[in-house]
Amino acid sequence: MEPFSKHTGVGVPLRRSNVDTDQIIPAVYLKRVTRTGFEDGLFAAWRGDESFVLNQEPFRNGSVLVAGPDFGTGSSREHAVWALMDYGFRVVISSRFADIFRGNAGKQGLVTAQCTQADVEQLWKLLENEPGAEVTVDLSEKTVQCKDFVTTFDIDDYTRWRLLEGLDDIALTLRHEDAISAFEATRPSYKPVTIAR
Amino acid sequence: MGKTLAEKVWDAHVVRRGEGAEPDLLYIDLHLVHEVTSPQAFDGLRLAGRKVRRPDLTIATEDHNVPTTGIDLPIADPVSRTQVETLRKNCQEFGIRLHPMGDDEQGIVHVIGPQLGLTQPGMTVVCGDSHTSTHGAFGAMAFGIGTSEVEHVLATQTLPLRPFKTMAINVSGKLRPGVTAKDIILAVIAKIGTGGGQGYVLEYRGEAIEALSMEARMTICNMSIEAGARAGMIAPDATTFEYLKGRPHAPQGADWDKALEDWRQLRTDDDAVFDAEVELNADELTPFVTWGTNPGQGLPLSERVPNPADFADETERLAAEKALAYMDLEPGTPLRDIKVDTVFLGSCTNGRIEDLRAAADVLAGHKVADGVRMLVVPGSMRVRKAAEEEGLDKVFTEAGAEWRAAGCSMCLGMNPDQLKPGERSASTSNRNFEGRQGKGGRTHLVSPLVAAATAVRGTLSSPEDL
Repeated sequence: MEPFSKHTGVGVPLRRSNVDTDQIIPAVYLKRVTRTGFEDGLFAAWRGDESFVLNQEPFRNGSVLVAGPDFGTGSSREHAVWALMDYGFRVVISSRFADIFRGNAGKQGLVTAQCTQADVEQLWKLLENEPGAEVTVDLSEKTVQCKDFVTTFDIDDYTRWRLLEGLDDIALTLRHEDAISAFEATRPSYKPVTIAR
Repeated sequence: MGKTLAEKVWDAHVVRRGEGAEPDLLYIDLHLVHEVTSPQAFDGLRLAGRKVRRPDLTIATEDHNVPTTGIDLPIADPVSRTQVETLRKNCQEFGIRLHPMGDDEQGIVHVIGPQLGLTQPGMTVVCGDSHTSTHGAFGAMAFGIGTSEVEHVLATQTLPLRPFKTMAINVSGKLRPGVTAKDIILAVIAKIGTGGGQGYVLEYRGEAIEALSMEARMTICNMSIEAGARAGMIAPDATTFEYLKGRPHAPQGADWDKALEDWRQLRTDDDAVFDAEVELNADELTPFVTWGTNPGQGLPLSERVPNPADFADETERLAAEKALAYMDLEPGTPLRDIKVDTVFLGSCTNGRIEDLRAAADVLAGHKVADGVRMLVVPGSMRVRKAAEEEGLDKVFTEAGAEWRAAGCSMCLGMNPDQLKPGERSASTSNRNFEGRQGKGGRTHLVSPLVAAATAVRGTLSSPEDL
């Protein structure tokens, strides 16, 4: 995973709440067995509509998505994070994220910046008044800036540290392999196994 | 201070406590795998030269992509076929037990775990699928994970996680005839919203919950994710033990006695404190249906399509306007007047034997209305077989419904069973998102009883309308 410290890019206002992962990428696009190439499925149903924000010129190359509350609800598909990142997004700003989506984003290096809904509304206004305006997200300082407007965002400290360092979870866990083996030795005998060992 | 059920199960699986902001490292007792969210995880293992740490705590099935007719033929869609074949190759390479299409034990991942007796009280269960919350019905801590986490569990049999907050959903009273577990959970979601459970594990408690069968409890826990919660749990009791006893992977002999002794401790202590509590009275519930495009947009069937102008909250008003435009509904229309083209009975929410029995009971002696297509899709091949032994398949086919093989089917637009643009369904599945059942399709979430009555009348109905 690439370390993330600060990112500046075109902000995209997405005035919708409850953007579920079926909207981010419909199931029909999940059939690939590779890890890249999911950008064509991003918001597939809405992209057919000329008026959709990503079909407007300055927003087409956006990399900071500013969305309504309850972003990423529904299915656990990590493809939603891959689709956003494959398209070019590095940050999503919302007042509430679904738990699984937020976890998946943190594993892949997509920053989920949680702001108040008032801050989101302010960003929407700025980005709609000046399409193409850039947003700067500073992970070490936990700040979001657009024009003269600056605010802070929430992200849990552990995910922030991992993102800043670009660390792989599995390697971190395997440092504790002894503890895992010790735990396994204490499991009750009645717990089921799927195949005989 | 005492502990909640969720805290007891969590604490029993901590391999290592996190320090400071660091999460706990949690041991995973059972990892369920399917074809959609696993290929990139297996690829990750190969790239890093890692093995599956515990193939014996892992089981795989094919469910999301599989057709529910002509299952003896190769899958027609080449991309779906590749995904299924990739799972087969991965399971062979990494030594994982797989129940492929056509196998007696094949079915939806959340139906086969409990059915095999692999899901047991006090376990931690994960799967790359958000409806893993289903298994919480046994007093297990069960939740959906993303593909990176699937890879992590395959490699280490653990997950780094911070404890969830706890929320009690107290359901007092007694369900009236014709009102089901599905109506309870749809009412819970309408009450707390699709984000209400975020960060929490829900524990369903109270008289109405204790009275439910295991199938009904699974329906409730299944849709915890629709309330934003990763997991939902119900304390195990005599109903749970009765369901488990004699299942292929249930403990036997002395192990059964030891297990029972441990399982009986899996209750929230009297002096434990939840971070939040929600009250619901089962006496007041009636059949519930959704009118919008998220599972929180639901109402009793006796109500009318709401007017967005009546929502005080601007975000909710905007969401309601968009939902009604997508659903092509007029405010004020009685929900009972909404005509459907398709009825779908199945899914990990309502594809178990009891769900089929309930629907067959309503359908018996009736015909599916002209112009309505009804799909009946058992959650597993075992459920299909059991239903056929009881003659339920005859009831469905004589009424004019289609009797299918097991799979996720029309719950999600990933296999041949899909709505066409503009088509409207009454569906016993779990998500009414835009396009969920096929691009441009419109979904009303309902119980199996409402699904069957709707099939007969052609408009959203409950059995009492027949």
